[in-house]
Amino acid sequence: MNRTNGHNNEAILSLANNLRWEIGENFHDKLMESIYANATTIAHKSVTTPIEKPTFSFDRALDRIVTSPVLGFPMMFLILAVIFWLTIEGANVPSAMLASLLIDTFHPILKDFSFTIGLPWWLGGVLIDGAYLAGAWVISVMLPPMAIFFPLFTLLEDFGYLPRVAFNMDNLYRKAGAHGKQALTMAMGFGCNAAGVVAARVIDSPRERIIAIITNNFSLCNGRWPTQILIATIFIGGAVPAHLAGLVSAGAVVGIAVLGIVFSLVVSWALSRTVLKGEASAFSLELPPYRPPRVLRTLYTSLIDRTLIVLWRAVIFAIPAGIVIWLVSNITVGGESVAEIFINWVDPVTLIIGLNGVIILAYIIAIPANEIVIPTILMLTVLVTSITGVGSGDGVMFELDSVTATEDILMAGGWTLLTGINLMLFSLLHNPCSTTIYTIYRETKSVKWTVVSTLLPVVMGIAVCFFVTQIWRLVVGN
Amino acid sequence: MIDVNKCTTCPVHNVGNLKKLGINMKNYDYVVALAGNPNTGKSTVFNNLTGLKQHTGNWPGKTVTRAEGGFEYNSSKFKLVDLPGTYSLLSTSTDEQVARDFILFGQPDVTVVVVDSTRLERNLNLVLQVLEITDRAVLCLNLMDEAKRNNIKIDERQLTKDLGIPVIPTEARQSVGMQDLINAIFEVASGKFVCKPYRINSKSIELSYAIDKLSQEVKQAFPDIPNATWVALRLLEGDQSIIEAVGTGELGNIKQVNTSLEEIKLKVESI
Repeated sequence: MNRTNGHNNEAILSLANNLRWEIGENFHDKLMESIYANATTIAHKSVTTPIEKPTFSFDRALDRIVTSPVLGFPMMFLILAVIFWLTIEGANVPSAMLASLLIDTFHPILKDFSFTIGLPWWLGGVLIDGAYLAGAWVISVMLPPMAIFFPLFTLLEDFGYLPRVAFNMDNLYRKAGAHGKQALTMAMGFGCNAAGVVAARVIDSPRERIIAIITNNFSLCNGRWPTQILIATIFIGGAVPAHLAGLVSAGAVVGIAVLGIVFSLVVSWALSRTVLKGEASAFSLELPPYRPPRVLRTLYTSLIDRTLIVLWRAVIFAIPAGIVIWLVSNITVGGESVAEIFINWVDPVTLIIGLNGVIILAYIIAIPANEIVIPTILMLTVLVTSITGVGSGDGVMFELDSVTATEDILMAGGWTLLTGINLMLFSLLHNPCSTTIYTIYRETKSVKWTVVSTLLPVVMGIAVCFFVTQIWRLVVGN
Repeated sequence: MIDVNKCTTCPVHNVGNLKKLGINMKNYDYVVALAGNPNTGKSTVFNNLTGLKQHTGNWPGKTVTRAEGGFEYNSSKFKLVDLPGTYSLLSTSTDEQVARDFILFGQPDVTVVVVDSTRLERNLNLVLQVLEITDRAVLCLNLMDEAKRNNIKIDERQLTKDLGIPVIPTEARQSVGMQDLINAIFEVASGKFVCKPYRINSKSIELSYAIDKLSQEVKQAFPDIPNATWVALRLLEGDQSIIEAVGTGELGNIKQVNTSLEEIKLKVESI
């Protein structure tokens, strides 16, 4: 393209400058006006719309309910609660079946096999008690809830409910000084925070986009749902009569999810008033028509794209974590295992915030993936309280036959209702997983904002747990 | 009156043998871009043509990055690029920029604009903007089932005449009209159908004068680009990236910019 020369190009640019002056400031508006006028002319020539509007529109009637100022939020909570309730109630039986198959049946077989072929005890320990059990645990605990939760959530998405959630929320976000579309990225974060962070690209202004990215972690992601569901079932559900347990624990999970939304609003508000000052920008949100969900396709894509991919990721991360757990429990210094030394060392500090050393160590081991926090906690609890009769040795991850058995172990480990509540809070408010942290860096290209997004939730989690614990101890006693 | 249903079941009609290639799109002959307003079913059309299972969802803004796939038809290989949904190509958000840069710099052989048939008038704003950038486009009148449900009738032959590009009614969710769409893409890509795209005529006299004058200059300096009017519009708007491209003369080499754009691609599904 050597036909063009610098002089010519400069001439074009200066001509453009002059013409821009001649047209005046409202070039953009004039142009858009012309485009709209042209579009109208063309459309009117070929589109025939019915003269009388249909007397009843299903879409409008439904929208009037789900986006109503009065009923909108209660409807939202109700729909979420129903989904969690179905997940909690439906996952119990298949979870127990998977566990008995993978852990009670296959694990001893593998163990026997390793003795038969004469594997050294430590290698058998690392591979079978560490890696295999971690993977098996994650599959049995995560697969059933995900296989129920994701299709339900995807059906809701396919039907067109998510934009209505955003519609209900956008005003709140705008009042918090953030972009209304942050409501959409928040909804996306309920699936996966990394996806939510990427989705923040729909926000034009860099200021509001950073806010959306930092606060996305307050949306409970699918890695944290199982933790929430299990702890809620044990401690919150355990505190009420049995026939109400399912409902109440579903309610508790909804409560934590809503608390997350509240935190994202509060933090957005604080950020937009301090380091990320500015006006909220306007935008238009289109409410798409409701579409009948394609059930079979949704089942297929949500099982393949979401459930199996998330599960695979969890297993990949669980296997090395299982090895680490086995190692820290079996490597001893002066008669005590590394795990016990660490737990005893941090215990006094963590009790102030209503957690314990086990939880902290589990979170450190589980930084790559939130999914394996619960198995790690159980295993470490058994280790330090030296309960006999469960599990099969130090550093062995195990599945318990029932939620009651899990509860017994945690109670023996000194857990109370307060510990359960704090664990739920800390699971909501802690650093994002490694994938999300990396995604935040890729999207913002800024070390500063990545560090802020990573540390801010941890600091908040510690603060919240501290206050809850102190108030609890004042009110309830120890 | 021709019975369309009989045509689609006739073996002659399907002679082209669509082959869905998934992500296998080496040695493609044509690049096809899928553009459109948010939530008009671009990803559904994309899945339909490529056989891929790109996640679809009923909400605007689901696709924020480009997805790519391929299909083969009449022994030509097509690379299909699913762009983020945009209402316009005139603003500055990242998702819109991905779409605009690809249509402008990626120079797809065919740009398929997927529109919501129930909201044609509003969707046409984007169509007209796309037609300023590229000569070769196909209009996919998607969600025709919903239009029918709402008693909206669209005269697609009139629309073809007015816009100067093939107009294909489809119901992508039910895979209706896909064969016609593929055929139209093929005809435009191979030059069998020559588009005479509608160009925006401005109501404002000083505006149309400025656009004419500037686009003539641009055409003279860069005779090879198909979208001098669009460049003129962007220059008048003060778009820094276009001003730079003109200033350095790089606008003439826009094909090369395409390679650097590949880096925009992000794999969300691997998370």
